[in-house]
Amino acid sequence: MAGVKVSNVSRSFGAHKALDDVSIDFADGGFYALLGPSGSGKTTLLRQIAGFDFPDSGRIAIGGESVERVPVEKRRIGMVFQNYALFPNMSVADNVAFGLSVRGESKAVIATEVQRALDLVQLGKLGARRPHQLSGGQRQRVALARAIVTKPRVLLLDEPLGALDKALRVDMQIELKRIQREIGITTIFVTHDQEEALTMSDRIGILRDGRLVQEGPPEEIYDRPKSEFAATFLGDANIFRGDATGNGIRLPDGTAIAADVGDRLAAGAKASCAVRPERIRIATNAEAADGQANMLKGQVSKRIFAGNNSTYFVERGGQTLKVIVQNTGADRLAEGQEVVLRWSPQSTVLIAAS
Amino acid sequence: MAVEGAVASRSGLRSALPLLAPAYLWLTVAIFLPLSAMVFFSFMTDLPLAGKPWAFTLGNYAAFFSQSLYLTLLLASLRLGLEVTLWCVVIGYPAAYVLAKVLKGRSREAIFLLVILPFWSNGLVRIFSWAMVLREGGILDTAANAVLPFKINIDLMYSYPAVIIGLVHSYVPYMVLTCYLTLQAIDDSLIEAGRSLGASRLQVLRRVIIPLSLPGLVAGAALIFVPVVGSFMEPRILGGRTGTFYGTVIEDQFVAVFNWPLGAALSFILLAVVLVILAIASPVLKRAA
Ligand SMILES: Nc1ncnc2c1ncn2[C@@H]1O[C@H](COP(=O)(O)OP(=O)(O)O)[C@@H](O)[C@H]1O
Ligand SMILES: [Mg+2]
Repeated sequence: MAGVKVSNVSRSFGAHKALDDVSIDFADGGFYALLGPSGSGKTTLLRQIAGFDFPDSGRIAIGGESVERVPVEKRRIGMVFQNYALFPNMSVADNVAFGLSVRGESKAVIATEVQRALDLVQLGKLGARRPHQLSGGQRQRVALARAIVTKPRVLLLDEPLGALDKALRVDMQIELKRIQREIGITTIFVTHDQEEALTMSDRIGILRDGRLVQEGPPEEIYDRPKSEFAATFLGDANIFRGDATGNGIRLPDGTAIAADVGDRLAAGAKASCAVRPERIRIATNAEAADGQANMLKGQVSKRIFAGNNSTYFVERGGQTLKVIVQNTGADRLAEGQEVVLRWSPQSTVLIAAS
Repeated sequence: MAVEGAVASRSGLRSALPLLAPAYLWLTVAIFLPLSAMVFFSFMTDLPLAGKPWAFTLGNYAAFFSQSLYLTLLLASLRLGLEVTLWCVVIGYPAAYVLAKVLKGRSREAIFLLVILPFWSNGLVRIFSWAMVLREGGILDTAANAVLPFKINIDLMYSYPAVIIGLVHSYVPYMVLTCYLTLQAIDDSLIEAGRSLGASRLQVLRRVIIPLSLPGLVAGAALIFVPVVGSFMEPRILGGRTGTFYGTVIEDQFVAVFNWPLGAALSFILLAVVLVILAIASPVLKRAA
């Protein structure tokens, strides 16, 4: 096991900067999610760490050892591909045995290790099958067993669950997390699914256009996004834009919004505020201010009922705000109704305009 | 699984029948009829031309066994087929690999065209071009002497190597094409997966790429071996006196000696031998794949 340190790595394809000065510390034994929209450079970053591709500049170290010019096969990494990449000419057991066998391990060692790895992914009885006789989820498990049987220093996964349907994906998320805990391997997990990143990882790095936008534990990124992009890409957010006032912003129509979270910005600078939909309280009247200092009036334009909660879309000054209300059995609001929205400055993140 | 597959392919065959019919009709007319005529000839004493008397005989087949020359020539031809096939593998497989896995875009198209070119050129033109290159004082000889500081004498014309060179050049595109098709179907992520598991490029080649492209190698080998064993044009023109093979003897029967029945019988013996060889080889190769 080892940590991975990526320092100032850049990689261009022609004029296109796929990675632009990216630095991330992947802690030893941690589960790290790389999150970003398609084309943001996630795969490219993973391939630099794996050694399939080499950076134009910057440094990559695995377990303190500099590896920029070390070829893949010498890096002792395990990789799981989105399409599984199982060898179709080999049985499941031979697929898993591949890494041990090219290393020249004895037949006895290979047999025990392969069986242990297959047991770990709960496929102990399917060793004799061919990959094409397995379901998607089973193939994924074989790919995982094959990647970890060699005891690599780092486990790299490129959207490993992307090809699975929703229910199976949730199962595999739990399974993957269990296996990762069990063997304690440093894991770097590429995904474009924000929910997956939030639930599985202990740190998240958000990439956009080859740059690392923000990096930290899921709670921190969710509660204190540093950019509009981070706020809207990881979870949902209502964004207000205006001029910084010192303790919040003033909207173009003069309404003040107080923000206690985020950067302190000089008064007058262009700035935004982000508020999560579940932090806003919605009511039909303006009474009972109860410390919820921020208040806006609007009109419900649409309600989407989702069982345990409802999402209200509220029109206000040409902007549609989103409010999520838990289903507590209280009266539901009708579309077209005039409403008052309230939320606290502690739920409001001040973000410098980008 | 297997049963389902069989049922599916049977019903698939039924719906494909109208599409296959023209092909079968063509096969019947173009191959089956002339071939049956040849089978008929091979059992005759003489061609039924100009009212000449003829009778049925097994003599044409017996001739093969009564003269050791035919067997010697057949073995020489089989060896020729094997050697040419091996050279085609040695040259064609790496070329196909580079085409499928290394080159991209424009350069791939350009090289592909170069590989296909011999296909589109006339066989005789191709062979006589080689004659110009290989003979003493020819292109190869002149070029070598222009570059090298000492005098050497290259005269490959009318030799076994010349026959090999000519045949390999004619048939290597088959190997490149069949191998290219199977190699191209191998997902690059399989190669990367192998390397991420600690395998060197060579180990990935040996354990993943070659096994997965074996069907292409086998198809290419069959496409080359069979016609080369019966070839006559290259041996005759490039081999000269050394170029007597089973194929040239058959050709002689048809165009020089006018003993069609013997030529036909010798052809069918060759066909039988080749089929037996393929039948023996196919399970071995299937197991390897
Ligand atoms: N081998 C390559 N050649 C040219 N462009 C590439 C190559 N690999 C990636 N790119 C480009 O780099 C950018 C980032 O790609 P990638 O890392 O695959 O994104 P992601 O995995 O986040 O979807 C994309 O715009 C992609 O087109
Ligand atoms: Mg990707």
